[in-house]
Amino acid sequence: MKNHIWRPLLVVIALVLAILIVRAIVVPDDFGVHEAGYMYGWYREGNIEEWKDFKVKYQGSAYCAGCHVDKVEDRERSRHGFIECENCHGPAIDHPEDPPALNIDTSRELCIRCHSWLPYPTSDRSSIPGIDPATHNPDMECVMCHDPHHPNLEDM
Amino acid sequence: MVHGEAWTVKEFFVLPNEYIYWSIQIVLYPFMTGLVAGAFVLSSLYHVFGVEKLKDIARFSLVFSFALLPVAMMPLMLHLQQPLRGTYVMLTPHFTSAISAFGIVFMTYACIVASELWFVYRQHFVETVHVLRDKPQRSSGETLRMNLYSALTLGAWDLSDKALHRDHKAVTWLAGLGIPIACFLHGYAGFIFGSVKANALWMTPLMPVIFIMSAVVSGIALCIVCYIVTMEIRKWRIKRAWRKKHPGACSLTAEELRGVQAFEVKMTSRYLLIFMVLAVVLELLDIIFRGYTAVKSWDILREVIYGIDFTKIFVLQYGIGNLLPLVLLLLPGLTVRRAAIASMLVLFGVFMMRWNVVIGGQAFSLTFSGFMHYHLPIIPHNMETFKEGLTGALLVMGTPFALFYFLNKIFPVFIDEKAR
Amino acid sequence: MKRRDFLRQTAIAVAGAAIPLSALEIIDPRELLAARPDLRWIFLVDTYKCVGCGMCVQACKKENEIPLEANVTRTWVERYVITSDGQVHADSPKGALNGFTTQKIDLNAAGERKIDEGQIEQGFFVPKLCNQCENPPCVQVCPVGATYKTPDGIVLVDRKWCIGCGYCIMGCPYGVRFFHPEYHVAEKCNFCYHRIHKGMQTACAFACPFGAREIGNLKDPNDPVTHTVMTQRVGVLKDEFGTKPQVFYIGLNKEVR
Repeated sequence: MKNHIWRPLLVVIALVLAILIVRAIVVPDDFGVHEAGYMYGWYREGNIEEWKDFKVKYQGSAYCAGCHVDKVEDRERSRHGFIECENCHGPAIDHPEDPPALNIDTSRELCIRCHSWLPYPTSDRSSIPGIDPATHNPDMECVMCHDPHHPNLEDM
Repeated sequence: MVHGEAWTVKEFFVLPNEYIYWSIQIVLYPFMTGLVAGAFVLSSLYHVFGVEKLKDIARFSLVFSFALLPVAMMPLMLHLQQPLRGTYVMLTPHFTSAISAFGIVFMTYACIVASELWFVYRQHFVETVHVLRDKPQRSSGETLRMNLYSALTLGAWDLSDKALHRDHKAVTWLAGLGIPIACFLHGYAGFIFGSVKANALWMTPLMPVIFIMSAVVSGIALCIVCYIVTMEIRKWRIKRAWRKKHPGACSLTAEELRGVQAFEVKMTSRYLLIFMVLAVVLELLDIIFRGYTAVKSWDILREVIYGIDFTKIFVLQYGIGNLLPLVLLLLPGLTVRRAAIASMLVLFGVFMMRWNVVIGGQAFSLTFSGFMHYHLPIIPHNMETFKEGLTGALLVMGTPFALFYFLNKIFPVFIDEKAR
Repeated sequence: MKRRDFLRQTAIAVAGAAIPLSALEIIDPRELLAARPDLRWIFLVDTYKCVGCGMCVQACKKENEIPLEANVTRTWVERYVITSDGQVHADSPKGALNGFTTQKIDLNAAGERKIDEGQIEQGFFVPKLCNQCENPPCVQVCPVGATYKTPDGIVLVDRKWCIGCGYCIMGCPYGVRFFHPEYHVAEKCNFCYHRIHKGMQTACAFACPFGAREIGNLKDPNDPVTHTVMTQRVGVLKDEFGTKPQVFYIGLNKEVR
């Protein structure tokens, strides 16, 4: 290696070695090719567990029934029985520890998500009892007349 | 505010997550890479094919290409949402992605340019160190220069004819090796866009080739402009030296320089013309082919190309950026000034081409029934609009000139041949 | 040293420098093993049942910590109204976070369009979410391996490894990806990976009162979703891209994009 034309190459080799050393330090051990192959399975395996540990927020009505069994059963008998409690009341996860954090949404906007009438023949939307929010008591909250747990006016 | 919301205006049916995610910095990224590749190809014309007439501009474009190198990375860094993780591209490369392969190709290319530069300037380093070492009294600046050059020689002090001959050969080989890698480098930039199957405007196998051609065009044009500017500065300095009655300061007269300049500019302009015709032909072929085959996406593409972006594509890009300089260069009796104007127009045209590809490719929704309009943030009001706005763009465009200024101190572009 | 030798050795050195160790790991025996044989998550959407209430979008955002006010969403609902003149009117205001409460079509910057009730031939809603493609183009284009397909078929994003280049967002033909407004990394629907592996439904399927959304396991022959996908006429979105999407639609119309 007396020839000086190799000098730049030595610099390049040093650079590559530096990158490889940094790589060995920085890249986690579980980073590599997994079941799906290099194209779709080149990743850090620990990340799968990180996603599995993500916090669950929506608990389901059985969880609500732990304390509010009367409300849950009440609702189940009504025409709104198929709607999850948490759709209107919000995710229940931290509710037992911090009850006030869960606001009960009684806004018109919530009800008209389904009950604003839309004339769409090829969707079930048109079979839901609906109103025109612009003309149906526009200044009033729906809950002033309708009980969300017993939506039929006849039942009230 | 979500990333992209600051400069995107949606019209008609656009999906909720669609924004112009790739903005001005991604316009600049292929533009700057193109300049790097183009400048290098120009310098190689002399080194590899022995186009002796380009000797002066060849060294110039090599140094300029080196000054542009870090700047090609700058737009990417300014664009990344996590710029500190940018090195992951080198650490865990996923080669099925064009961007990751780009990192490696870019590094390889950088090494080649740096090596070539070293071989070209080794003699200069050694000679300068010898001169400075023999000097009885050195200023601190000269000591710094001596130490820097000593380090840069990498311990290779041999200046025998045999060694210099080897230097010369190495330069030839590196320049030859550099041409395909420079094309590869920029072809990749084209591949990054051309391989996105989700984007109807980008997806074409012609994209890498179009990008290479326009890269060479923009690189040559930039070199012509910068060459003319630096030559004008040299001429001005010589004239000033004459006025101050220090005729010995330069060995060349202003008249001699003017002759060299006019000759080199004319020669280079011819190469510019050839590559420009190729680039335009390919780009037009792409549009014609799309219109003729008229697949599902053509309806929306036609509205973008002939409607919303008509001025940007046909007036600014093809008209002012291609047709006008073509006429200027083809008219007989080409002067340096006209070549300079034509080259600047060509640079503008290539920039508009990048713009029309990058922004134009995001001007329509994946639904094919909605549009997105881009509004470049002029006055920055937060980090995002600073990085991906006019300020960030000017920062990127100004940096190579600042770098060139400093590099020129280390690698003087105009070594006085007669002084040897 | 001969010139040829120099060139050859330089070429070898450059090629060597260009191939990091990771590339050599491509030849890995694990790759040859089949992915998890007992689990492949799929999704079924019934567009007839969807009423456009947007409860799913709200639940998704709350469950997955996407700010409600941010104009991006992991899942959304589109409305298609086809009039008797053959025109298709489609929109998805705020991704249907607050549902569809008016007959006017939202045209973004172009304002709103009133549709004459008598002219409506078809009107329906199409929920959209990540298709968890068998050949995800978003994963293919990730330069660092920050997004990937799990053995059970879900495409995840590694928030600690994503560099935020946006290439995956560009690569997705369905527009399901975006930048998370707080973490500043690529974000997408992952079928509520943290819920489904605990035996729960996805948040959107849980919140849907009408059963328009269902999660299933393709490898389980007794799974009702798999049964539907196998025995009924279902469609997928944009199969021309070769992505092999795994979200199946009942009542898909050619106007749906």
